[in-house]
Amino acid sequence: MADKKLDAKGLNCPLPILKAKKMLNAMEQNETLEVVATDPGAIKDFEAFCRTTGNTLLESQSEGGNYTFLIQRTG
Amino acid sequence: MSTEQNAKSMSIIVTKGALDQAYPPFILATTAAAMGLDVTMFFTFYGLSLLKKDLKLKVSTLGNTAMEMPMMGGHIAMPNVLAALPGASSLTTVMMKDLIKKNGVASIEELRELAVEAEVKIIACQMTLDLFDYKREDLIEGPELGGAATYIEVATKSDINLFI
Repeated sequence: MADKKLDAKGLNCPLPILKAKKMLNAMEQNETLEVVATDPGAIKDFEAFCRTTGNTLLESQSEGGNYTFLIQRTG
Repeated sequence: MSTEQNAKSMSIIVTKGALDQAYPPFILATTAAAMGLDVTMFFTFYGLSLLKKDLKLKVSTLGNTAMEMPMMGGHIAMPNVLAALPGASSLTTVMMKDLIKKNGVASIEELRELAVEAEVKIIACQMTLDLFDYKREDLIEGPELGGAATYIEVATKSDINLFI
């Protein structure tokens, strides 16, 4: 179960990343954030975002047009 | 602005002020800031109008030679010559704003606010301000005024420099 959740459904690039970043900023180290998006570009973008910022992408799932990411704040 | 000591940095020269042309610089600046980069945007010539308090951005077919709009399941070409018709830019602007809304794309006002919030450093070109007879109070709060040398100093220290 994630510590925080972000519903980014219906939002397009770059809003899911910007909103996720805002939430991560307000979280403690090692807390987890679950993001649900519908933008197919979010898959590669969250991978790149996590690699660059040092946060950990624990899970990336795709189901029925929804993309779910579990990010741990480690950056 | 990032607090990391070894943060990468990016600068963008923003020279265009149309609605469609305003997107790339603001999207890249806000995303780079979210990814921990120190970002500077230098607004010059038509780009300076993107710092006005009241944005009335338009899209023109003129100069956008490959422009086409999705319509009724297909795409319809928007040739340059359309721009000569009265009301053409209002039409393309309405179409673009409709697409932006339908696709969950942020407005330029929203992206600009996010850029300011993310402490993107904004420099407004002093020469353009004088040239086009804008006043400092026509612009949003926050930008510092500077010239080419101010930008070049930033550029020499940036990992990425873009001209848009």
